[in-house]
Amino acid sequence: MSVRIVNFTLNGRNIDVMVKPLTTLQKLLREHLNYTATKTGCKQGSCGSCTVLVNGEPMVSCLLPVEDIVGKNVLTLEGLSDNGDLHPIQESFFELFAVQCGYCTPGMIMVSKALLDHNPDPNRDEILDALTGNYCRCTGYEPIIRAVEESARRLNLAGEGV
Amino acid sequence: MSERTLNVVGKSVPRRDGMGHVTGKTVFVNDIRFPDMLYLKMVRSSVPHAKILNVDFSAAEKVPGYVRALTHEDVPKNIYTILTLIGVGPDEEYVLAEDKVRYIGEPIAAVLAETEEAAMEAAAQVRLELEELPAVFDVEEALKPGAPILKEWGTNYFVYEGHHCRRVRFGDVEQGFNEADFIVEDRYQTSPIEHAPSETTGCIAKPEADGRITIFSNTQALFFTLDNAAIILQVPFQKLHLVGGTVGGGFGGKVDVIVEPISALAAMKTNRPVKYVFSRQEEMQASSSRGAWRMYFKDGVTKDGRIVARKITTYADAGAYNRHTPYAVTKHAANIAGPYRIPNVWIDAHCVYTNKQPGSAMRGFGVTPASFALEMQMDKIAKVVGMDPWEIRFLNAYRDGDMKPHQKVVEDATLIEVMQAAAQLVGHDLPENLMQMKSGNGKEA
Amino acid sequence: MAKLKGVGMAAVNYPTGMNLGGDPSQALIHSTTTGNFVISLSSTDLGQGLKTVIAQIGAEVLGVPFDNVLIDTADTDTGPHCMGTFASRATHRVGNAVIQAAEEARKIMLEVAADELEISPDDLETDGQGNIRVKGSPEKSINIVDLALAAHFKYGRTISGRGMYMKPKSDVDPETGKMDPDSTEAHACTVAEVEVDTETGEVTVFSLKSAYEIGRQVNPALVEGQIRGGSVMGMAHVLYETTHPYYPEVDHLPTGFSDYVLPGPWELPEVESVVLEYPSVNGPYGVKGLGEMTANSPIPAIANAITDAIGVRITEIPITPEKILRALEEKENVSN
Repeated sequence: MSVRIVNFTLNGRNIDVMVKPLTTLQKLLREHLNYTATKTGCKQGSCGSCTVLVNGEPMVSCLLPVEDIVGKNVLTLEGLSDNGDLHPIQESFFELFAVQCGYCTPGMIMVSKALLDHNPDPNRDEILDALTGNYCRCTGYEPIIRAVEESARRLNLAGEGV
Repeated sequence: MSERTLNVVGKSVPRRDGMGHVTGKTVFVNDIRFPDMLYLKMVRSSVPHAKILNVDFSAAEKVPGYVRALTHEDVPKNIYTILTLIGVGPDEEYVLAEDKVRYIGEPIAAVLAETEEAAMEAAAQVRLELEELPAVFDVEEALKPGAPILKEWGTNYFVYEGHHCRRVRFGDVEQGFNEADFIVEDRYQTSPIEHAPSETTGCIAKPEADGRITIFSNTQALFFTLDNAAIILQVPFQKLHLVGGTVGGGFGGKVDVIVEPISALAAMKTNRPVKYVFSRQEEMQASSSRGAWRMYFKDGVTKDGRIVARKITTYADAGAYNRHTPYAVTKHAANIAGPYRIPNVWIDAHCVYTNKQPGSAMRGFGVTPASFALEMQMDKIAKVVGMDPWEIRFLNAYRDGDMKPHQKVVEDATLIEVMQAAAQLVGHDLPENLMQMKSGNGKEA
Repeated sequence: MAKLKGVGMAAVNYPTGMNLGGDPSQALIHSTTTGNFVISLSSTDLGQGLKTVIAQIGAEVLGVPFDNVLIDTADTDTGPHCMGTFASRATHRVGNAVIQAAEEARKIMLEVAADELEISPDDLETDGQGNIRVKGSPEKSINIVDLALAAHFKYGRTISGRGMYMKPKSDVDPETGKMDPDSTEAHACTVAEVEVDTETGEVTVFSLKSAYEIGRQVNPALVEGQIRGGSVMGMAHVLYETTHPYYPEVDHLPTGFSDYVLPGPWELPEVESVVLEYPSVNGPYGVKGLGEMTANSPIPAIANAITDAIGVRITEIPITPEKILRALEEKENVSN
């Protein structure tokens, strides 16, 4: 049984991991590294609860072999807050009650980060488009959409303050 | 409690668990891991109705990482008791199938392995020899003579104290039909649906040094799960310790005590922690659904829009096993006539077995299909009589002090008030007499 | 080929509590040495926010700040029995149990304060900010931290309480169906606006506007969460979802989200609601509960709106585009 060593950057830290072929990034994160914020809603690539950012692009980690992220930058929810301060997206989700059971939340926040990094002032349609790959059964989606709008507002304000 | 200014109740304080959710620090069952943990995967029936002739583990045993399998012979009391604990019998579902399977997805054997992949591979390698039997899928077909029978007691319906259905008899419907100017009939059908929570059902059973077993579970009902598991395992109740309380979406789909008993048994047999988490496919097809319901209405209505008689025959599609459906049929019978004042009501609510995924609790259990049917029926009545759909409901709405068909006096009625508020919200002008109606005297918001 | 608009309404009741009763819940409360109150339960939070509303109810009765109340759930070794979270029972039953436990703890708290302030307990009140003070002379007060320390180390008293709520189990008369199924009834009325595309059979739900009467809102934001989530689940139930697309046959059973059809953000209607509060006779602060009801009224409201739009009743759900097109075809055949 062969294993290989894979090198990539995780939440800003360069790491080496040893994995069997085709180990998914989801499994690596959750079971090898104990980064369990990334969830396991379906392992079929259709619920989005396992979304992480790879070089800034949202990807479903349940279908992503670790071999495919060699040398890349991976960002998970654990890497979002800076020195323990909440990211404005996390603040917005919290304050606007965009969470209920919390299971879809990590994926929703990551996909929102990807959107706002690319498009700091999205209109509603662009937000809907970004969220369509992420399933939520509890909230009815609207609070999440509003949290993304609020996140954009806060990020833009923060940017203006610089 | 006396009415004074409230400090906290009535305020939109932030969620206690909100921070955990937005940081990903909230711990769900599948986030937990223990050293030496085994993974359980279930071998399931691929056909709806069959005799089990043989279960062959020889190929599975050769899969690297395979540890052992459990069959019905390993289960001390191989019967689900979930209904007995709420006073409804009989028990007729097996933890692991014995001689027959009755739905696609019915669990037959549990395979344990060192890794999740090995468990999946080993489960796939188990060879089942099944002799298919005729199956029945339609609720009314299942009640006809000659239909394939699912239950050992010889019928395809749940027996309610000697009756073939839950009955409500209030007044005299035939008399009511005689008084009516119109008879309005129709048939309504709902589909089975899935809870589809983001988090699938699962648990980890962990043997402790003192001989107890801790079960980490996303069940919606911890003691219910503990009590049922202890009975199945035939162990003293204090041997089990359930830990949970954080559920990634329930909607009724996590009250069936489906994963805990077999996991705890596996932990006892191997003395290692055992994790059993449903795949999305299992959650979709093998965990309970919301069972389908078929409902026939026959209403007698006067030309001024009063419902004077309501005769309802319904069939709950329980699927292959009871789970909680017999309980729900009773709840359904208490609500299917609707929040209306009707002097003559006759209800026959059946709980029928078919060779399908068992139905069980889901948000609105028994009442969701009832509300769907009866509210479509109210619109039909309005059309037949030539009245506005709002008006027909105001006219027939129950008030405090009315008698419901199951002979409970109406209390806390506010149907009239919600209709008034909804009409106002959408800018629908109601006639003054409807806006003046009240559900009861001295009703204060 | 046209896009036909329709409006429909539905009015429903929803019963609170496990059917026929016999579903108790218990709560235990104790104060720590520094005035934090731990409510021990074995109840589960499914995401609806039970841990939050229970802390609110506990804090209200005790008269202490919300942040002073900690919820410890769920563990069967430390939490007393709870039947479970289902049947819209949790806030009602657990809330009532917590009120009873909190009242017992509060009584002891006031007795200790009375000893410290040398006054009768009847002359004391809590300010909700962490102080117990003399009615009419608020400057004479003691802080909850000092009080708890005094209770523990000076008076040797435990500021704790026990609570339980149960609607006794009753039976059904097998002949007549006479029964007492529930503790109270909540009500809802939904008005749905839809548009049906007669070429594709697709239904767009423009809006779901509802009034909900739920006894009492403990946390309005969480109530709104149930309303929005329930609206989408109801819409999904009536238009999209099925585990058996060829019901009652068992062909083509879906295996995941790719083939189990559910609406997403693009399908959202405008959801607007008003919440009425007519306190129930037996709920905590009059709470009735609403977790299940919010998915129920949208279903027939949408079905009735479709009927209004196309002039044909489809009485089998989900009302898929196929069903609509077949119904329209049949209507046309009948009229020809």
